[in-house]
Amino acid sequence: MTATIDRIKEIVRGVLTDCRVDLVIGFRKGTVAMMNEPCFIKSPDEADQLVWDSNCGINLANYLANRTGKIGIIAKGCDSRNIATHIIENKIQRDQLFIIGVPCQGMVDRRRIIAMFDGEVREVVESDGRVTVKGADFEKTLEKSELLQQNCSLCTHRNPVIFDEMAADPVEEQQNVDRYADVKEIEALDSGQRWEYFEKLLEPCIRCYACRNACPLCYCPTCFVDESRPQWVGKSQNPVDVRTFHFLRAYHCAGRCTDCGACERVCPVGINMRVFTKKLEKDCFENFGWEAGLSPDVRPPLDTYSPDDPDDFIK
Amino acid sequence: MEHMGIEPGRLQFSWVSSAESTKFVSVVNEVTDIIKKLGPNDRFVKKDVRVA
Repeated sequence: MTATIDRIKEIVRGVLTDCRVDLVIGFRKGTVAMMNEPCFIKSPDEADQLVWDSNCGINLANYLANRTGKIGIIAKGCDSRNIATHIIENKIQRDQLFIIGVPCQGMVDRRRIIAMFDGEVREVVESDGRVTVKGADFEKTLEKSELLQQNCSLCTHRNPVIFDEMAADPVEEQQNVDRYADVKEIEALDSGQRWEYFEKLLEPCIRCYACRNACPLCYCPTCFVDESRPQWVGKSQNPVDVRTFHFLRAYHCAGRCTDCGACERVCPVGINMRVFTKKLEKDCFENFGWEAGLSPDVRPPLDTYSPDDPDDFIK
Repeated sequence: MEHMGIEPGRLQFSWVSSAESTKFVSVVNEVTDIIKKLGPNDRFVKKDVRVA
């Protein structure tokens, strides 16, 4: 970890000194434990603020859409796939970017760690695949691999797919992962049970739209939920409106979502709204063999036509 | 939609050309029959006004 962050800082200083980029998007330490915050580094001497550990779960590609000038960005596997998606969707040009690739071994699920302790978690230190959690009157060392966010434990693209420079050696990709076990569980329920499942899932939603704001795919100038002429969705807390927001947002991400987990991570009430996007991800994979963002040069299935596209649903 | 809990059959897709009037009629009849069997929709209906 320390070698990686030192290398990142070195690269960042280099590209800023040579004026190859105007700014670098990375992470710095947040004000509370396990919450690193995105930051924009504009001069070489600010590079020391940068951090890299298992709390960098926010997707930095979110800060790229429609940005002008030359930009450096630190990208783990999922970020790089979202950068590729941005390039496909003309939200940024490849030649504007200097991508510092960082192989990723997963981000820790801070909610799970907080739930394990009664007191406030004040500090989390990492070394060699273990995390030490410290509070006012407790300290415990845990295996990092058992504390990963669910999407990270199922991730099969840990290494960046596009980059200009790598900050560390690639890591081994996880093999034989059943990415869609949770989706299959829901599929096995009958229609009424599924309705109830999602009803319960979304019950705590306060519609703060944090999931949308953290999502790199949600860059529409006016989101359909904010539109008032016409007003597509009611703005109330009514379960129908809440559900309409979530499933429509998921549809907008069909064939684009990389399951980076930013939405779930930022949710203040801890809803796993990824079950919506994952179903669409699974369908895209099964029907079109598509995984989003693996290359900036391949058009996604929803904007290409092939005569053998599945069409059994049309009568 | 069905994954989310809408009853199978309530949502249907069809492609009918403007020249295919007979197909249009048969699709409408077929869909109406299926929906009538399913009965009134009780999901995705705002039943009460919730005040926070």
